[in-house]
Amino acid sequence: MRIACPFCGERENGEFTYLGDASPKRPNFAADGGESPERVEDAFYDYVYLRDNVAGVMHEYWYHGGGCRSWLVAQRNTVTHEFISVTAAPGAGAAQAPRTGE
Amino acid sequence: MSGYSQSEPLARTAPMEANRTGVAPASQSHRLHGEGLIDRRQPLQFSFDGKAMTGFAGDTLASALVANGVKLVARSFKYHRPRGILTAGSEEPSALVEMRTGARREPNTRATTQELYDGLVANSQNRWPSLRRDFMSINQLFAPIFVAGFYYKTFMWPAKFWESIYEPMIRRAAGLGKSAELPDPDHYDKAWAHCDVLVVGSGPTGLSAALAAGRAGSRVILVEEDTLFGGRLLSEGGEIDGLDAREWLRRATTELAALPNVRMMTRTALFGVYDGGTHAALERVSDNVPMPDRHQVRQRLWRIVARRSVVAAGAIERPIVFPGNDRPGVMMASAVRTYVNRFAALPGKRVAVFTNNDDGWRTVEAIQRAGANIAAVVDPRGEAPSQYSRLVDTYDLRVLAGVVSDVKGDVDGVSGVAVTDRNGRTQRIDTDCLAVSGGWNPNVGLSCFHRGKPVWREDIAAFVPGGAPKGMAMAGAANGEFSLAGCLREGHNAGANAAAECGAAGKPGEAPKADDEAYAISPLWHVKGKGKAFVDFQHDVTASDVTLAQREGFESVEHLKRYTTLGMATDQGKTSNINGLAIMAEATGRTIPETGTTIYRPPYAPVAIGAFAGHHRDENFHATRLTPSHHWAARQGAVFVDTGLWKRAQWYPRAGEKDWLESVTREVKAVRNGVGFCDVSTLGKVDVRGADAGTFLDRVYINAFSSLAVGKARYGLMLREDGIVMDDGTTSRLAEDHYFLTTTTAKAGPVMQHLEFCRQVLFPELDVQLTSATDQWAQFSIAGPNTRKLLQALVDPSEDLTNEGFPFMGVREVKLRGGVTARLFRISFSGEMAFEISVPARYGAAMAENLMIAGKPYGVTPYGTEALGVMRIEKGHVAGPELNGTTTADDLGLGKMMSKKKDFIGRVMAGREALTAPNRQVVVGIKPVDRARRLRSGAHVIPKGATPGPQTDQGYVTSVCFSPMLEQWIGLGLVERGRERVGEIVRIHDPLRSEDYEAEICSPVFYDPEGVRQRG
Repeated sequence: MRIACPFCGERENGEFTYLGDASPKRPNFAADGGESPERVEDAFYDYVYLRDNVAGVMHEYWYHGGGCRSWLVAQRNTVTHEFISVTAAPGAGAAQAPRTGE
Repeated sequence: MSGYSQSEPLARTAPMEANRTGVAPASQSHRLHGEGLIDRRQPLQFSFDGKAMTGFAGDTLASALVANGVKLVARSFKYHRPRGILTAGSEEPSALVEMRTGARREPNTRATTQELYDGLVANSQNRWPSLRRDFMSINQLFAPIFVAGFYYKTFMWPAKFWESIYEPMIRRAAGLGKSAELPDPDHYDKAWAHCDVLVVGSGPTGLSAALAAGRAGSRVILVEEDTLFGGRLLSEGGEIDGLDAREWLRRATTELAALPNVRMMTRTALFGVYDGGTHAALERVSDNVPMPDRHQVRQRLWRIVARRSVVAAGAIERPIVFPGNDRPGVMMASAVRTYVNRFAALPGKRVAVFTNNDDGWRTVEAIQRAGANIAAVVDPRGEAPSQYSRLVDTYDLRVLAGVVSDVKGDVDGVSGVAVTDRNGRTQRIDTDCLAVSGGWNPNVGLSCFHRGKPVWREDIAAFVPGGAPKGMAMAGAANGEFSLAGCLREGHNAGANAAAECGAAGKPGEAPKADDEAYAISPLWHVKGKGKAFVDFQHDVTASDVTLAQREGFESVEHLKRYTTLGMATDQGKTSNINGLAIMAEATGRTIPETGTTIYRPPYAPVAIGAFAGHHRDENFHATRLTPSHHWAARQGAVFVDTGLWKRAQWYPRAGEKDWLESVTREVKAVRNGVGFCDVSTLGKVDVRGADAGTFLDRVYINAFSSLAVGKARYGLMLREDGIVMDDGTTSRLAEDHYFLTTTTAKAGPVMQHLEFCRQVLFPELDVQLTSATDQWAQFSIAGPNTRKLLQALVDPSEDLTNEGFPFMGVREVKLRGGVTARLFRISFSGEMAFEISVPARYGAAMAENLMIAGKPYGVTPYGTEALGVMRIEKGHVAGPELNGTTTADDLGLGKMMSKKKDFIGRVMAGREALTAPNRQVVVGIKPVDRARRLRSGAHVIPKGATPGPQTDQGYVTSVCFSPMLEQWIGLGLVERGRERVGEIVRIHDPLRSEDYEAEICSPVFYDPEGVRQRG
């Protein structure tokens, strides 16, 4: 499998580490400060544990640890292993930031 | 570039010249005096089953055996039936031999792909006492019990007999060769290659594709599993572009070799196609010599990344299933042609041909041209194809309309065949070789490795590719195109298209031209009759096994495969799968496409595990990281331990010490009473800089770092987002916007990845940069009451190391005598008065030397990781065994560090009910009541008086050591409600070591609980 790092170019997948679904956003503790502790815990529970098991195109995190150490968001078809796009991930998991790659 | 030489392998030498070399051709009873691609000037001696024979350079082991008139070469897997050579290629199911001897012994080598070399030693396998008199052939008498699924039917009762009697018995009786049982003395290599267009196979299609893509200017790699380029051109006649096919081949390979953008590789078999254009191939570098040259590898595993590929892998001729079709001397018609035309070796002196298609008639022609006799041509279609009618007339050939219904002969091979016509009349034909052609199966495998499904083509009665992985084009015979002209055309177009898709601007030239020849076939799969008719030669699966499987309900091809083991041998059913499913289709009344094929998976051909491992074996299994003081420590006689990739000094034995415990105890006492040092460079180190560095650390650690004063260090604990502890370490503030963070040795990589995730993905708004500095700094812990005295001899006299000038947890740069600047941290893992000193890694070895010199007056003692571990357990510091991926900060006794004023990774989840439950297992100290008792980690903690079991289990011992200060074994453990139970006597139960004793729960801090020593 080959992954096109936006900084380093196309590289072998052994240079990368897979993390998983890139859609969950980390709940913002300060922004949710007015919420009850239960609501906050529920939000974090969803963030930490709940993932869709997609057969098809999904956004996922890949870490180029064997290269530029960038966290990337890849759009990949989990059935065909085809990469549709690979972009840098700044703020991809932050609460209010728009997701990269959409 | 490849080692292809245009003149040498293609040299044709007249038989008269062979005579002049003194090699008596009589020794090769079946060697033809005609043409061939062997070099008669280079005779080669070899032996098979101890019998000395002669062949020529350019021979395979199989062709040399054919030339010597040898027919019997193997015994079959289950029934020990005599077997010969069926094919002339890598699809060979029968002629498996054991190559070489000793540590290089390799079983199951296909004689058809093994190049002959001088001194080659091969032996037959799976027979006793000899190939001709094989005792185990009595298995044939028991054939009724060896039918499909016999494992499940015959050896069921009594059940306990399976492991002790049945399985060993079956394994002795059935099987292939024996492996070497010694370490492989050879080297294997792994390599990468990149290209625009990968061409697989160098027959007319592949050469045509490579020429088109190469001329257009693409970067081309052409791989060929054979020793020569040419594919079927090496075995057939014909004309291309008005030239004799072999002359065209010579010119084509010469042109390709001259193109700088084309790389040609022989002896290289493509066996896998993976995602993103990654292909895997095996190059047999030294299998053609007795042993690899010095510094040469035996085989090389290639990963070839190609933007486009043209697969011109050809087709495999399929057998016909009829009684006795496995007798030595029954051979594929195309293989007969190959032995005659390429190797000038005659498989039989009176050859019968059994074919249901036009291609088989080419063998008739080849035999006639070679001057041998045709006993008869059996064609169920009734008469010769029109293009061969002249041949029949000229030589007055006997053409029989019918089928071969039985094969007569003995262990040494065929003596005659029975031919039955449409009216059921049978006649016997005397023959010593039966050439069989059931048609051709395109080699679709590579197109199916990404789950592509082949489709059935009625006109050629074969499956063709039904699609291919992205970027791959199938062409020529592999695509169902069987005419020479068609192959040249398809290859050219595929090569030109692939080059154009890669942006090549050059001109691909014209497609080579040849006459279109006809190919007609009338499918014939199975001739019913008495006697065993084999489908899978290598696994001894017969037609009746297939129909039995059907009767017992295993109708799906995938069930058929597993129940009968059809196609599961080392040849993966290359000659048998299609016949098997055709017979199944007939039995079920379905069509062949309805029956379908099994799933194709890589590898296409067997690959030695050694090739996958490459150089990554023994001490090179993984990379080794050495600490800056490694070579110094080795000179001191240190014993090293592997911690991840690192080698760390474990202890430094001295003369007269009887075991490791004595050495470690000495080291601990030396530190606690004097001074010692330890290389701690393996700890992960991260430079954290930026205006928001403090804020960033506040978010990744449970405790605050923005409030840390410049020039101070602090112990920090970080959690995973689910609230479980991830790692710990000290972090120092070197400047307002500059922190220096350390991690454990094991988690250096994962923590760096986690920090980068937090920085890039979660908190991109923070102004902070991270740099890994683990390898840049050599760091030593110097500990013991005399630490300060030692350091004073090392640092510039102006440096103030007093408690006031350098307080506990202080950090600053110091100047060393001689001018090097070091970082000095007053931190302690041992609980002693201690510093850690950090210098650029290149000074590490010198630092170790200087610590010895400066500390000499105080008896300085280097200590290893064992003493380090003992002292941390004595002090109750947690480490890997406690930071085990299940513990919370509070479990470790560090709950109070959790800030309530800020958000940090893991804070919310750490507050979950189950993670804050009062009955959690927490870190405590444990010491046996009997002070002489050795405590062992892993032992379970249960209440005194309770019966051991899951219900009463309350935790376990995590870390143990012999404490030189307490003079007894002590340990840390995770125990339910442990902190409330200090002083309680519990039962330590260790069923693995059959130990059971009492111990007291105590504070984890065994030594100097007030921490006086480290602050002194």
